Amino acid sequence: MVTLPGNNNILLRAEDLCKTFPLPEGNGVFTALKDVSVTVRNGEVVALLGRSGSGKSTLLRILAGLIPPSSGEVQSGNKAVRGPNPDVAMVFQSFALLPWLTVQENVELGLKARGMGREERRARALKAIDMVGLDGFESAYPKELSGGMKQRVGFARAFVVQPLVLFMDEPFSALDVLTAENLRGEIGDLWEAGTFPAKSILIVTHNIEEAVLLADRVIILGSNPGFVRGEVQIDLSRPRNRATPRFKALVDHIYTVMTNPAAKVAEAVTKVVEVAKPPTPQKAPPEQFPPLPHARAGGLSGLLELLVEQGGRDDLPMLADRLRLEVDDLLPIVDAAALLGFAKVAQGDVMVTPEGHAFATSTILESKEIFRQQVLDHAPLVTLIYQTLKEKNDGEMRADFFLDILDEHYPDEEAERQFGTAVDWGRYSELFEYDARSGWLWLPEVASGGPDE
Amino acid sequence: MLQPTFPPRDELQRPAFSLADIAVLLGTLALLYTFARIGTDMLVSFRPPDIIPGISLDPANLPYYAARSTLRMFVALLWSLTFTLTYGYLAAHSRHAEVILVPLLDILQSIPVLGFLSVTVNGFIALFPGSLLGLEFACIFAIFTGQAWNMTFSFYHSLKTLPRELDEAATLYRLPLWQRFTRLEVPTAMVGLIWNAMMSFGGGWFFIAASESISVLNQHYTLPGLGSYVAAAIAARDLRALGLALLTIGAVIVLIDQLFWKPLVAWADKFKIEQSSASEAPESWLLNMFRAAQLPQLIGEFLAPAGEALDKFLSRLALPLKTPSNTWVSSPWFDRFFNALLVFLTVGLLAGGIRFVVNEVGVGEVAYAALLGLATFGRVALLLGLGTLFWTPIGVAIGFNPRLARLAQPIAQFLASFPANFLFPFATIFFVRTGISLDWGSILLMSLGAQWYILFNTIAGAMSVPTDLREMAANLGLRGWRLWRDLIIPGIFPAWVTGGITASGGAWNASIVSEMVTWGNLTLTANGLGAYVALATAHADWPRIALGVGMMSLYVVGANRLFWRRLYTLAETKYRLT
Ligand SMILES: Nc1ncnc2c1ncn2[C@@H]1O[C@H](COP(=O)(O)OP(=O)(O)OP(=O)(O)O)[C@@H](O)[C@H]1O
Ligand SMILES: [Mg+2]
Repeated sequence: MVTLPGNNNILLRAEDLCKTFPLPEGNGVFTALKDVSVTVRNGEVVALLGRSGSGKSTLLRILAGLIPPSSGEVQSGNKAVRGPNPDVAMVFQSFALLPWLTVQENVELGLKARGMGREERRARALKAIDMVGLDGFESAYPKELSGGMKQRVGFARAFVVQPLVLFMDEPFSALDVLTAENLRGEIGDLWEAGTFPAKSILIVTHNIEEAVLLADRVIILGSNPGFVRGEVQIDLSRPRNRATPRFKALVDHIYTVMTNPAAKVAEAVTKVVEVAKPPTPQKAPPEQFPPLPHARAGGLSGLLELLVEQGGRDDLPMLADRLRLEVDDLLPIVDAAALLGFAKVAQGDVMVTPEGHAFATSTILESKEIFRQQVLDHAPLVTLIYQTLKEKNDGEMRADFFLDILDEHYPDEEAERQFGTAVDWGRYSELFEYDARSGWLWLPEVASGGPDE
Repeated sequence: MLQPTFPPRDELQRPAFSLADIAVLLGTLALLYTFARIGTDMLVSFRPPDIIPGISLDPANLPYYAARSTLRMFVALLWSLTFTLTYGYLAAHSRHAEVILVPLLDILQSIPVLGFLSVTVNGFIALFPGSLLGLEFACIFAIFTGQAWNMTFSFYHSLKTLPRELDEAATLYRLPLWQRFTRLEVPTAMVGLIWNAMMSFGGGWFFIAASESISVLNQHYTLPGLGSYVAAAIAARDLRALGLALLTIGAVIVLIDQLFWKPLVAWADKFKIEQSSASEAPESWLLNMFRAAQLPQLIGEFLAPAGEALDKFLSRLALPLKTPSNTWVSSPWFDRFFNALLVFLTVGLLAGGIRFVVNEVGVGEVAYAALLGLATFGRVALLLGLGTLFWTPIGVAIGFNPRLARLAQPIAQFLASFPANFLFPFATIFFVRTGISLDWGSILLMSLGAQWYILFNTIAGAMSVPTDLREMAANLGLRGWRLWRDLIIPGIFPAWVTGGITASGGAWNASIVSEMVTWGNLTLTANGLGAYVALATAHADWPRIALGVGMMSLYVVGANRLFWRRLYTLAETKYRLT
C-alpha cells in the first residue's frame, strides 16, 4: 500500500474501481464503472454528480461495501473494505424505513445491531430524533409521517451510529420541491454549525444547484462506462447564497460540462481543478449505435417551441428552474435536440438551429417530415429498424430481433429503454409502427415511399 | 422546527383496570383450560385391535369432538409455520439448497396427498406403538400437507423480493442474522404468509374429514373428532347426526375466523410495505379489546427485559455476514459436481420408480391409469367450465356493487373453507334415489368445494376494475357481449386465473374422495383416477398407489405447465390493470 502524504487525513479511498454486470443471456458483460478513483477527506462534503446511468449509485454502494467491485479496492481508514463498511451510514432515496417499527425503533436499529443496552440506546436515539426536529414523534409509525418527516427519520437513523462518512443517495429527490429545499437547508445548517454527527459527507445527486449548495468538491462522472471526468472545487464561503455571481458561474459551468460530454471539466472561467488522470478512453460501446437520449418526440417538440418563444436561446439552469425540471429530466431532451441537429449547446446555453426552428414552427405534417429526415440522418438505431423492415418482403419483423442486438451492448433494462425511444421516434416520424402486445414492428401501409426513395 | 401534534402513546391516560382486562383474563384462562383438557386426551393408549377409541353419535359429544379436531388443525398450523420458516429460509439463502428445494416444493405441491394417507398412517403408528399419538400425527400430517406448501412458497417469494433499499439498510447497519430475520424478513413476508395460512387452513377441514377415520389394510382406524363423527353417522345412516355435525363445523369455522384470523389479519396490517395509510384498514373487535386492555401491555413490559436478553443472545449466535451476500464464493468445480450429482440422483429415482411400477403392474396397467386420468381430467375441465359460466356473471354483478360485495365476499370465503366432504352424504343419498351415475355425480361433488374459489376471485377481480373505466364503458354505450368482451373479461382475467388454478388443484385432490362414496354399506364408484387411488389405498396396494398418485401428479403438473402458467403470464403482462 502506498502511503501518501497526509494519508491520515483521508477517510475513504477507492482506487481503480471497475464494476461489470453480466449482460442477459450470456452476452458478456456490461461495464458500469471503469477505473474510478475517489477519495473522501476528513471534514469535507463531496458531491457525486452525473447523468442517469453513469453509475453514481453503483459507486456509492461499492464504497459502502454493499456490493463488491469487479476489480480495484476500497479502503476505509486504513483497512480494506470487505463487506458492509462499518464507518459508513447511509440515507436512502426512498427512506428505507421499516414500516412496522416506530420512529424510535427505526432509529435504534443500528445501535441494537451492535448489542447496545436498552437505556443507552434510548438516550442516544432520543438525542438524534431531537436533532432532526422530530421531538414528540418517537412512537409514531412511518406511515403516519409525511415524506419530509420520513426522511428526517432516515437522517436520525444514520446520525445515531456516528459514522465517519455519511452517505446520501439522492436524499431529497423523493420529496416535493419545498420540502426538499427546507430539509436541504437544515442539513446545510447542521453542517455549518460544526456539530454534525459525521466527519464527512458523500452525497449523490443529479441536482446541480444542490451540489454547489452543499459540497466542497463536486466529482463529475461520465457515462458509458461510468468514469470520473474531473472535479470542480466549490470555493464558496458558507453559508452559501444562491444570488452571488460566483454561485451562478459555478452552476453555469457545471451545466456546460454536463451537457457536453466532450468538454474538459477544467476548461472553466472560474477556478477549477483538473484531476491528474485524464478520462480513460471508453471501450467503444456500440460504435454503430450510440445510445439514444431518452426523450419523447412530443417533449422535444415542446422544448423547441418554448425556446423559439424565448428568442431561440436560453440559459440551461434558468430553463430547468422555469420548467421545474431536474437536470436529469431536462438534459435528455436537450441531448436529443442536439443529436438530431435541432439545437446546439454552449456555455450553459441552448440555442435553436434553423432546422429546429423549422421543426418547431411548421404544421404537424411538415414537422413530421423534418423530424423523419433528421432521425434517419442522426439516429442509427431507428434507421436500422427502418431499413430492416424495408428489406423484408412483408415489411414485418419481431421486436425481439432488435432487442437481441441491443442486448449485446446494454443491460436488459437499458436495451428496452433504447428500443422504446427508437420506437417512439419511429412512430412519430411515421417510419414504422409497433404493437407492444404482439411484439411486431411493421411498415405503415400508406407510407407513400420513404423520404429516401 | 416541528411541533409535536399529539402526545406519545404511553402518556395517554387510561383507567387502571377495565372490563376489557377482565374479558382478556377470562378468555385466556378458558383457552388454557380447554387446551390442557383436550391435549391430554391425545395421549390415550391404543392397542389395536382390542382398544380403539369409539365414536358415540350422541350430540352432547359434538363440542368435545369439535375441540379435538380444532386442536389438530392448530397443531398442524404450528408445524406448517415451523416448516415454512426453515425451508423457505434455506431455499432463499443458499444457492445450492435452492436448486433442490424449490423444484421439490413444486412437486410436493402437485402431489395429491390424500393418496398417501395409508402410507403415512402405517408409518406413524409404527413410530408410536401403543399410543394414539401415532394416529394423531398421521392426521395432523395430512392437514400439514394441505397447508405447508402454499405458505412456504409465499415466504420464499417474499424473501427473494425484499425491497432493495430495506435490504441494503439492514446490511449496512449490520443487523445480526437473527435481527435481520425478525425485524426485516419475517415482517416483510407477514401479510402474504397470514393470507396463505388462512386460505390453506380452511382447506385443512377437508383433510380432517378425510383422515380422522380411515381404513388401511382392512383395519379401520378412528380418532375422536368431527370427521370421524361424520363417518360414523354415514355408516349408521343417521341423517340427524349429520345435520348436527354440519351445524357444528359451520359454527367452528365462524368462531375461529372471529377469534383467530380476523384479529391476526387486523394486527398484520402494520406489516404492509406501502408507506401511506390504507384507505380501509381491516378491523377486529377482539384485537380492539386487546388493545384497550392494560393487562397485555403490563405483561409485555414485565417480559421486555427477558425478551431483550434473549434477543441479544440469539443475535450473538448468528452474527452478520462478513461479506455481502452476492460474493459468497463458490468454486465452479463444486458447482459442476453438485449439478452432476443432482442430475444423477433425479434420473436414478425416476428410473427406479418406473421400473418398480412396470415390474409390479405391467405396462397395460399404466395405460389404463392414464386413461382413467383422462376421465378425471375431463371432469375437472367440465367443472371449471361450468363453474365459470355459472359463477362469473354472478361474481361480476356482486363485485360491481360494493355494498353487495362487502356482504357476499365473507360468505364466499366461508363456503370455500367449509369442508365439502361433510356434504357428500346428502349428495350420495340424492344420487342413490335418482339413480344418477357417480360418473357424472362426482363432478358435482368435486365442485362443491372447488367452485367457490372461482366465485370469490371473480368478485375480487370485478371490484378491482376502476370505476372510471366502467363509467367510460357506460358513456360509450358498451352493453351486453361487447361490454364483457372489451371490459369485463380483460378486467377480471388475472383474478379468474388465480381462482382457476386453486379450483383445479382442489378438484384434483377432491377426486380421490369424490369418485368413491359410501352411504351405510352401499358404495358408489366412478371410473376415474381418483377412485383408482382410493381403491388402491383401501387395499394398501403399494404399486398401484404409486402409479395412481404418480399419474395424477403428472396430470396436475402437465396442466399447470401447459395451460395455467401461460395464462398466468398473459394475465401478468397483458391484462394488468395497474
Ligand atoms: N444489478 C445490476 N445489474 C445490471 N446492471 C446494473 C445493475 N445495477 C446497475 N446497473 C447498470 O449500471 C448502470 C449504472 O447504474 P446506477 O444505478 O449506478 O446509475 P445512477 O448514476 O445511480 O443513475 P440514476 O441517476 O438513474 O440513479 C446503469 O446502466 C444500470 O442499468
Ligand atoms: Mg442512482
